[in-house]
Amino acid sequence: MITDNAPLLEMRNIKKDFFGNQVLTDINLKLKEGEVLGLVGENGAGKSTLMKILFGATDIRETGGYGGEILLNGEKVSFATPFEAIAKGIGMVHQEFSLIPGFEATENILLNREPKKTNLIAEVFGERLDTLDRREMDERAAKAIEKMGVKIDQHMLINSMPVGHKQFTEIARELSKEQLKLLILDEPTAVLTEREAEALLASIRGMSERGISVIFITHRLQEILSVCDNVAVMRDGVLVQEVPAASTNVEEITRWMVGRNVDNTAARTESRINEDARTILEIDKLWVDMPGETVRNVSLSVKEGEILGIGGLAGQGKLGIPNGIMGLYQAGGRVVFDGKEIPLNDPRKCLDSSFAFVSEDRRGVGLLLDESLEWNVAFPAMQVQNRFLKNYLGGLVKWRDEQAIREVTEKYIDELKIKCTSSKQNARELSGGNQQKVCLAKAFALEPKVLFVSEPTRGIDVGAKALVLEALKKFNREKGVTVVMISSELEELRSTCDRIAIISGGRVSGVLPAGASVEDFGMLMLSNVV
Amino acid sequence: MTESITMKDKIMASLKSFGLPRLIITGFLLLLLIMAPFVGADLPTQISNIINRFSWNGVLVLAMVPMVHSGCGLNFGLPLGIISGLLGATLSIEFGFTGAFSFLMAIVIATPFALVLGALYGWLLNKIKGGEMMIATYVGFSSVSLMCMMWLLLPYHSPNMVWGFSGKGLRTTISLEGYYNQALAGIGQINIGNVSIPTGTLLFFALLAFGIWAFLHTKTGTAMTAVGSNPVFARAAGINVDRIRMLSVIMSTWLAAIGILVYEQGFGFIQLYMAPFYMALPAVSAILIGGASVNKASIMNVIVGTILFQGIVTMTPTVMNNMIHMDMSEVIRIIASMGMILFALTRKTEASR
Repeated sequence: MITDNAPLLEMRNIKKDFFGNQVLTDINLKLKEGEVLGLVGENGAGKSTLMKILFGATDIRETGGYGGEILLNGEKVSFATPFEAIAKGIGMVHQEFSLIPGFEATENILLNREPKKTNLIAEVFGERLDTLDRREMDERAAKAIEKMGVKIDQHMLINSMPVGHKQFTEIARELSKEQLKLLILDEPTAVLTEREAEALLASIRGMSERGISVIFITHRLQEILSVCDNVAVMRDGVLVQEVPAASTNVEEITRWMVGRNVDNTAARTESRINEDARTILEIDKLWVDMPGETVRNVSLSVKEGEILGIGGLAGQGKLGIPNGIMGLYQAGGRVVFDGKEIPLNDPRKCLDSSFAFVSEDRRGVGLLLDESLEWNVAFPAMQVQNRFLKNYLGGLVKWRDEQAIREVTEKYIDELKIKCTSSKQNARELSGGNQQKVCLAKAFALEPKVLFVSEPTRGIDVGAKALVLEALKKFNREKGVTVVMISSELEELRSTCDRIAIISGGRVSGVLPAGASVEDFGMLMLSNVV
Repeated sequence: MTESITMKDKIMASLKSFGLPRLIITGFLLLLLIMAPFVGADLPTQISNIINRFSWNGVLVLAMVPMVHSGCGLNFGLPLGIISGLLGATLSIEFGFTGAFSFLMAIVIATPFALVLGALYGWLLNKIKGGEMMIATYVGFSSVSLMCMMWLLLPYHSPNMVWGFSGKGLRTTISLEGYYNQALAGIGQINIGNVSIPTGTLLFFALLAFGIWAFLHTKTGTAMTAVGSNPVFARAAGINVDRIRMLSVIMSTWLAAIGILVYEQGFGFIQLYMAPFYMALPAVSAILIGGASVNKASIMNVIVGTILFQGIVTMTPTVMNNMIHMDMSEVIRIIASMGMILFALTRKTEASR
């Protein structure tokens, strides 16, 4: 029932920057009544920010608002809070549940909008003492559930529901609002089983027939194609494509999502895959219990002297691999290095086997923020390898060798061009990029045989990015160190690594040479996504 | 011209690093010292008092340092170490050691108690990471209460220590006359007019302080500071965080045991029963006033803090008493010391983790 009248929603030239960091550029989007729009893009492409702007999320206003304008039914709107957006008929189902676990589905669906019965006490003391009209509540909730088209038990407590039903309860809550005209679903199928997802898709079609417009965000492209009227693809804060779903296919969408400029992507030119290199590190059936980055079953082999990239979408488990191997999260499976099995869950054993790890959590794991750069650089090498120490009384007293520590720190400050006032400066005072360089210096100082680098360029500026990647390549080339680099940015992996393994759903979905086409990587990333 | 600016900058920088709270307290202490002669208090006696009290309390404050460095927070469980010290003290007398030798023996006997209790305490603190200071407070309180019973029940017989009538159970206050009263203070004591300087005690403190300073420069000491600064970083660098924390708690407990013995030899009495109850807060306050934070403390913080805290606590009652010509010293002492503790605890958030 797509009509030709003025669009329900129109976004014009939406712009947003976070403290000078442009995340959305000139987004133009139209949505007709009853239209289902699929919104896709890699993590960080700007989908969530765009939806937050539409929904009036307070953090948008706190970070300086946005540019451009939003028209709802041809009328200009600007929501200061989500409440205003709700009042205008916009509903949103978030990735995280906002339900009260100890309440029934009905109570959650109608929370704070319950039909009420007045009574004598309430007459005297005001309407806060009204009682709930349970029968009316049941009817309304039942109606909302029926509208959704999926059967859930409206009297079941949220905490005894399977995760899919919680998702449906959220959707029913939005549907129970009479004024609802536009529903935003942010990755609703991520937690659903296949059958539940199908039921949800059917219910989206039902909503569309009733004239409710839906913006549907997901990584599962098949779902988009099967339910949406139009597909909008975002990449790096720009709306790169908007086409009817019928006229496109998964491959094409994938290419739009990941390809910067597909034709002239700078895959590593001197890409060298040495088939004869021996396998130095063998990962076998690894599982890691890292919250949000669960690794289910990963088997990988790393060749001596190569740079192996590990990529994949956020939350698929790529970060769990180094964290698990290095003993920072509970892990199981087998890791064999140079013919010797490395015991898991013991960071010291890994360091003793000359592994080093640059964590993605720079400030949390990577640095001693309140100590000098000298300490940051020298500490692991001092503790693990007894370097930078002076022995007195026949080794009984191991005294810190301040001069050796300063020398090594200054060496790396020069080598990695770390901007700081002196080697005594506290790590906290450095910028993100320079902190990252300190983390690298720390790992380099360990002189490892295998170096794990997790998200080395996250949150740092372009200049520092290039320097960090170059330093890694140089370290690999000159010292012959095997590097395993984990990154969300495919381009970065392709320009740095020799081979790239793509992790999806906690498993390896494939290993390709860096020169393989962006589409191939994209397909691997989106296969068996959980 | 430029030189004067850099000089000024240097002074400003050093003042800044000294910190505003310390400047205010130092100013207040100086004011009290200036007022003292005018209200009729003898200044040399007062100065001598401050130095003596510093020498008694220094080691107890020093006992805070290892646990602060390992990130276990301020050792509110100080009474546990103090009890080890008291066991050493009473057993040394019970076994018949006398004179300065009884001090040495008290240390020797207190040590195994401190190590065992410290290890248990450390094990407990490793179980409840994040809530150390609250738990530590109650470990201190409950150990004091337990020992209140034990002092009565343990089979002590030395007539110098037990209650006169019943012949069993320890007295609340035991004089150290003939035992180790002034055992350290007497060594090389300097008397100039009304000022007496307990050289031995100060040297003993300096020795322990040097020991801690040196320890913090070793590999293990460095690891301890790193554990306090960022335990996840330390773990990722292969440090056994729990073991380092345990070590720091044992060190703190042992220093507290030694600290109370040093305190007693200066004070001249062993105080049992509820006395250890009140020992932790002044020590905590002193180190906080000295500029330490919950996870950073230096020897300098200990020295400055102890002088300032003890200075205020001794000077305020004296000056006030003389001003209003009424003996309210005890009341004012309590107000001043509790006020200082309150002030110090509000300073706790000054440097965040």
